[in-house]
Amino acid sequence: MIGVMILLVYVAIFLGSFLVVRFFVRRSTSDFTALKTVTFGDESAVASNRIASVVSVVTIFLIWGSFTGSNWVPGFLHAPGPFVGDTSFVYTIETGDGTRDDATVFVRVAGFGEQAEKFEVDPGEGIAKDDAVAMPASRSSTILFDRNDEVTRKDGAQVVAIDGVAIGPDKAIQTPAGRFALTAKGAISYAPPRGLQMEPIWLPPPEAVVGRLIEIADEGYRDSTLWNHLGYSLFRVIAGFLFGALLGIPLGYAMGLSDWFRGWFEPIVEFMRPVPPLALIPLVIIWFGIGETGKIILLFLASLWIMAISARAGVSGVNISKVHAAYSLGASKFQIMRHVIMPNSLPEIFTGARVAMGVCWGTVVAAELVAASEGAGMMIMVASKFQLTDIVLMGIILIGVIGFGIDVLMRKAENWLVPWKGRS
Amino acid sequence: MSGLSIENISMRFDLPNGTAVQALQDVSLLLNKGELMSVLGPSGCGKTTLLNIVAGFLAPTSGQVVLNGHAVTGPDAERGMVFQQGALFEWMDVRENVSFGPRMGGQTEAQWGAQVDHLLDVTGLGDFKDKATYELSGGMQQRVALARCLANDPDVILMDEPLGALDALTREKMQGLVLKLWKETGKTIILITHSVEEAILLGERLLVMAPRPGRIHEEYRLPFAEMGVGGDLREVKTAPGYAETREEILEMIWNMEEEIMGRTEDMQ
Repeated sequence: MIGVMILLVYVAIFLGSFLVVRFFVRRSTSDFTALKTVTFGDESAVASNRIASVVSVVTIFLIWGSFTGSNWVPGFLHAPGPFVGDTSFVYTIETGDGTRDDATVFVRVAGFGEQAEKFEVDPGEGIAKDDAVAMPASRSSTILFDRNDEVTRKDGAQVVAIDGVAIGPDKAIQTPAGRFALTAKGAISYAPPRGLQMEPIWLPPPEAVVGRLIEIADEGYRDSTLWNHLGYSLFRVIAGFLFGALLGIPLGYAMGLSDWFRGWFEPIVEFMRPVPPLALIPLVIIWFGIGETGKIILLFLASLWIMAISARAGVSGVNISKVHAAYSLGASKFQIMRHVIMPNSLPEIFTGARVAMGVCWGTVVAAELVAASEGAGMMIMVASKFQLTDIVLMGIILIGVIGFGIDVLMRKAENWLVPWKGRS
Repeated sequence: MSGLSIENISMRFDLPNGTAVQALQDVSLLLNKGELMSVLGPSGCGKTTLLNIVAGFLAPTSGQVVLNGHAVTGPDAERGMVFQQGALFEWMDVRENVSFGPRMGGQTEAQWGAQVDHLLDVTGLGDFKDKATYELSGGMQQRVALARCLANDPDVILMDEPLGALDALTREKMQGLVLKLWKETGKTIILITHSVEEAILLGERLLVMAPRPGRIHEEYRLPFAEMGVGGDLREVKTAPGYAETREEILEMIWNMEEEIMGRTEDMQ
């Protein structure tokens, strides 16, 4: 229900902002693309719309805040919250001999994260006596209405109406006070209106996540500071990747330059490449335990094949004219290796390195989910066991930001070191 | 003996399906030092194979290539090569590309600097020497390739359709440059081309090859390259004899092409 609502709101904002931008934001007519009449099908005419990106990100935070009742989102944008406060309803019982009596149940509903405070009411007169119930928001509560009644369910009494609306064992009803049903044993199951907001245990509001981030950055989590956790993950990735590159690149070169090496290693590389590194975790744990060695070896294996294959592709991709030209200019084999084959393979190697870093980052988080005493993955795994959804979310966001940062840095390094990529 | 001698070269490729292709059959040729020979022929006549054998990238099935008295056994700095395109090193700037040969030979910048800068000026690259090669136009890139080859001071320059990828105007300019460099440096040049005009304009000697098996069909000695040196190439095209030669060679190649087409039709 909430899911469908969120989806509808999302689609509505998508379309609405699209129409608004189309009608009210004029494209600058000075750039060449604006003068193209054919844009549909012309890939080069489709540049990422900045406004769309900004609105997209804002929308995510808006929906997140709105459906979690965040303080950061103005109140009028909040999705209807669950009922909180005092309410009451009248139930009607019918005893075995057909006598009917009414009594009121006073309900006090506490907001998310608050303790429902028990209270007393005056039971009043009649067969049925008034009750007092305290409950948390967005839950249903089974109300044993007859605890203080003169005629109980054991005596044949049963609820026949709530607030004047008939109810039966097979007939649930909805009144302004909420949803009512009868349990198999005849007790009242009552759920006050839930609204459309998420409970923090499913999805905490953004400020809770930020608050956690500040708290954990300040105090640490599970005996390590936040920077320690992230640092361990990064260290594992970089160490594993470096070892993988250190062995993988020469291996790829050897496979690209020697038929014996290629024949020897091709079956191994081609077999190992499609094996997901995650599938190696159990074996690595059996062989090397859950310490640093095992994790670095796992990441080494994750990057090794990618680096070997990209280095081989880099060597194989050299234009034969370049090699011929170098030989005709008097270069030796070593010089051709050093001045032609190696620089020529750099773009491919960088592409491989970007892929390998991405895979390593994913693998390290997964490995830490399985077993670790520090690390970003370990943080969210432990938090999930205590249902600390805000820490889980914080961890996911940090993992995403770092993964994105790694890719940006790799691209920057690529532009700086191999500016000729794709331009020969 | 000074010069390039191609002696009874034959080249047979065995195909995986059991048949064999006779790419070259008994090709013999003598090129004196300082001669510029252009090679024409329909596709499949073995001209690139011949060039690769002279460069030392391929070993012939029989026969040998002799340069300055010794047999060619592999690629060497004495035989420079200019490719159609894609043979520049993108990771080096223009000057590094041009100085590649001397640098690989262990020369210091003091030794190669003056010569390389001179060549950059001659080829009109003086203002571009610090540019990356991928920033240059196709014509400029071929200038770099020419300069790079000359900087190594080879005895023979082998050109495999060096101007084939250029537009008509750039091509005409570059033809003038090739002639100028040839005259200035006195190099022996073999130039493969698809363009009959280019072959006539640049070739002091012109070799027409025929396919299946690849062989020498006809050889000409032409005066137009000599006229073109220092002159206007377009004026050369109006020189007496130019049009007739062009028609004759075009017709020769047309006939060969038709013969090939006819044969394929027969086979079908």
